[in-house]
Amino acid sequence: MTLLLFIEQFLNGMQFGVFLFLISAGLTLVLGIMNVVNLAHGSLYMIGAYFASTFYGLTGSLIVSLVLMIPVMLLVGIVIELVVLRTLYDRDHMDQVLATFGLILFFNELVRIIWGVEAQPLTLPMWLSGNVEILPDAPYPVYRLVVIGVGMAVAAGLFWMITKTRMGMLIRAGASNRPMVGALGVNIRFLYTMVFGLGAVFAGLAGLMAAPLQSVESGIGEDMLIFAFVVIVIGGIGSIRGALVASIVIGIFETVGRSILPVLMLEVVDSETAQTAGPALASMLVYILMAVILFFKPQGLFPARTG
Amino acid sequence: MLSKLKLSILIGSFLILAALPMITEAIDEPFYIDLMARVMIFSIAAMSLDFILGYGAMISFGHALYLGLGTYAVGIMAHYEVTNGWLQLLVCISGTAFIAFILGLISLRTSGIYFIMITFALAQMFYFLGISLEAYGGDDGLPIDTRSEFFSFFDLNDAWNMYYLILGTMTVTAIVLWKIINSRFGMVVRGSHSNDARMQAIGFPTMKYRLAAFVIAGVVCGLAGFLLGNLTEFLTPEYMHWFRSGELMIMVMVGGMGTLFGPLFGAFAYLMVEDFLANFTEYWQFYFGPMLIILVLFAKQGLWGMLPGKEDMSDE
Repeated sequence: MTLLLFIEQFLNGMQFGVFLFLISAGLTLVLGIMNVVNLAHGSLYMIGAYFASTFYGLTGSLIVSLVLMIPVMLLVGIVIELVVLRTLYDRDHMDQVLATFGLILFFNELVRIIWGVEAQPLTLPMWLSGNVEILPDAPYPVYRLVVIGVGMAVAAGLFWMITKTRMGMLIRAGASNRPMVGALGVNIRFLYTMVFGLGAVFAGLAGLMAAPLQSVESGIGEDMLIFAFVVIVIGGIGSIRGALVASIVIGIFETVGRSILPVLMLEVVDSETAQTAGPALASMLVYILMAVILFFKPQGLFPARTG
Repeated sequence: MLSKLKLSILIGSFLILAALPMITEAIDEPFYIDLMARVMIFSIAAMSLDFILGYGAMISFGHALYLGLGTYAVGIMAHYEVTNGWLQLLVCISGTAFIAFILGLISLRTSGIYFIMITFALAQMFYFLGISLEAYGGDDGLPIDTRSEFFSFFDLNDAWNMYYLILGTMTVTAIVLWKIINSRFGMVVRGSHSNDARMQAIGFPTMKYRLAAFVIAGVVCGLAGFLLGNLTEFLTPEYMHWFRSGELMIMVMVGGMGTLFGPLFGAFAYLMVEDFLANFTEYWQFYFGPMLIILVLFAKQGLWGMLPGKEDMSDE
């Protein structure tokens, strides 16, 4: 029983890790390449989830929603980059924090104005709502497995793009020496806009996949943003590999810790202490992990090689 | 030194604040005492943030944590019927100092974007801890039944006493922080802001200085929380939320970063604008967000910075 619970929570952790990866992948590229703190990255996740609920309501198909979603999120990302982010590249971090904080306020209210204050419903289609037996007598939701699969596919695609394609080469070059890449005749501004748009698509994809699993409401992006920050701090700014490893680790730690820690504590202390301290400790677990890793590796696990 | 204009604005504002209870009584609007008491508490918090942010270039995005810790110090002790103000103050100061010290040790190992993200995440950790502490109300919070007791002749339940305690704390804090900034210690912190490598090369262990500044800022903000807990008679993790930290940063920016007295006015301006917009529309953040972006892009020097008479680094 305990083993089954552990496996189930482990998979849930993987699935949460996939969401974290999709969000932090874009964020870490923006931080690493453009050296911009973008608090509003969580808003892209939220916007993605809202669009998903609307598209799904209109078309009734998750696949069609996904296809509609990609160009829309790309456009949203490009507009944000052109209107606000672009003016912040030469500013200091304080300005970037405050301006993107302003963006968060704007988007959180904007979705309330457009979609109303109630949470948006999105129920899974039949073919995704079933269970599958991963082990004998251990049913697990198909949808969560699909999420893990999609996330892994995106991660593989992103690695391929970064290491094998011309655009990936330019992204890496831009991260290590921006002026030089510009001097060699590459339109670095256009590259930035594209990277930001790509990050928006990933965040939107996470929002779409998360929409059936959580209530879609204003402010959901910021909860994910905090985790994404932890992921990037642990993984190392600008490192896709670090983001992937840290996302999965954090996802599993967070999910498994929350369910296992109170049980484990029962073994050591009496039930009353475990009931009070268990949830409190579980909520701090991820941050304690971050502090410990940071203490030994201040640059994160996979510091990106920048010039 | 401050320019004559700035000095007269400061003294003028102080006199107005000191006379405010009499004025509000004369026009029979006691509501304004509470409002200004609140503004002054956030002024203290914003000033403490500016101390590390403006002078030490430590962009802490989790400063509201200490505001929350201060209210928890008052609230938890009052919950156990320890209402002695001196004892509460002692716990508040040593508690915030201890936590600021530990968090400073962790976060000051990094700089730049890392520092922003780590202070942000660590503050959120305490926010989630507060939510999971069901014994102290969880996310609903807990009423604080009794305000701190200092002297038998100085009852904090009296609105005027509370107000003058806050005004006094703000004034003393402003003077003390001003002295610190212009002391040798402050010079080292500011020097490390301009060029940390050079300061280290001269032989200053800048990490220790920065850590000390971080702790001082945490304690001062904890004091603001102590007052806030007493004023609102309520303990809630909401004060530790990152949104509050963002608000403190806005107050610093609006007032003028790196001008110790600017945030006093920044807090006033921000809370007034928030109050005005919130009365005017339910979706006030929809208008405030773009306003903030425009302010950041075009009016970065802040209110205090717009006044003539630069506070030059070389001033003594």
